[in-house]
Amino acid sequence: MCLAIPGRVESIDFPFAIVSFGGARKRIRIDLVEDVKIGEYVLAHAGLAIQKLSEEEVMEIEKLWEEMMEE
Amino acid sequence: MRREIISKLSKQIKELSDQLEREIRIMHLCGTHEDTISKYNLRDIMPENIRLISGPGCPVCIIPDTDLQKIFHLIERKRIILTTFGDMARVPFEEKSLQYYSSRGFDVRVVYSVFDAIEIARKSDKPVVHFGIGFETTMPSTASAIIDGVSNFYIYSAHRYFLPAMDFLLSLGEIRIDGFINPGHVSTIVGSNAYIPLFKKYGIPQVIAGFEPEDVLLAIKIMLRALIKDELGVFNEYRRVVRPEGNLKAKEAMKEVFGVDDWEWRGFGTVPESGAPIKKKYEDQDALKFFEDVFEDFIPKEDRRKRACRCGEVLRGLIMPNECKLFMKACNPKSPVGPCMVSFEGTCNVWAKYGRY
Repeated sequence: MCLAIPGRVESIDFPFAIVSFGGARKRIRIDLVEDVKIGEYVLAHAGLAIQKLSEEEVMEIEKLWEEMMEE
Repeated sequence: MRREIISKLSKQIKELSDQLEREIRIMHLCGTHEDTISKYNLRDIMPENIRLISGPGCPVCIIPDTDLQKIFHLIERKRIILTTFGDMARVPFEEKSLQYYSSRGFDVRVVYSVFDAIEIARKSDKPVVHFGIGFETTMPSTASAIIDGVSNFYIYSAHRYFLPAMDFLLSLGEIRIDGFINPGHVSTIVGSNAYIPLFKKYGIPQVIAGFEPEDVLLAIKIMLRALIKDELGVFNEYRRVVRPEGNLKAKEAMKEVFGVDDWEWRGFGTVPESGAPIKKKYEDQDALKFFEDVFEDFIPKEDRRKRACRCGEVLRGLIMPNECKLFMKACNPKSPVGPCMVSFEGTCNVWAKYGRY
């Protein structure tokens, strides 16, 4: 239920967007996160984007863990 | 690379645990965390004195039978389309479930989101009632749907606020918890600051964590280090997603639509301020209000089949699934007795799935 997954915004028809989750496309509502643009990443849960993610946060997750591990 | 991170973290956890001479009991609060822990066998790589306990983080599981019976009561009496999430459709009461009603010709439809339910309403003349369940992660989507206001669309709100349950669990005093791993996606909405009052009240450290095995191990490491240094507080391992203030727009939408009430949770009884009824302002879309007359003769019953089911104790972290005598015998994923075996976030279902028995 509380599973949320990151996806890339492919097109926008506000308040909805087509978001690609590793190739699988879904219609996701995006109006509860601050101005989402095409190409950006969102974290989606049950059809709603609940947070915007930076590309670094999605692509370089291992680097983030390593930094935190050294803290 | 990821294997290296995991083995390095396991080593760090082992070193830290050696400095703590007592048993450390860490409770996670999300079925998806249980999934990560069971899938990657994290309990097996924990040092002997570190215990990972599963808590009430399963929105389907904590919905009491009263709500389920009310939904059944409604669909038996009104020609409606009922929409629900897949997990919820399989929860049994006596011999029935929403899936059963569907097989008997009632119009029950499983949806991926509340927005799919709205689309069904837009294309139909019949009233559409969405069975709204879920914690703060899911509540903003329901709130948006209500604000949209489609005339033949109604919500049965069984939504519950999660933090009051943490408070209630601690107030019961029946279990010793040294630290919480807080749910990452509830936290995405409420923000890390939301847990500070709870920390101040009970002094129990909390780490908000993501859902990869690395996230959970990092959270455990942060927790152990805080316990050793006696520098307790609310920590955030999931900073790539969770902000201190949470998602302000989502919180605003929730506040606009939902009030606060004392509601029942399976296994808990009444949890003060945990219920999210629809505010009077939006009562035209409140299924409980719109179909008020239907519920006048409603009397909840007890499901005798569930008497031996220990889902409530699993949700309170008192037992592990294999301590229930029904587990993988009378109760299994094909023929579940209680919701902990039905839901993909239920601890019993997760243990069954990964063969942890």
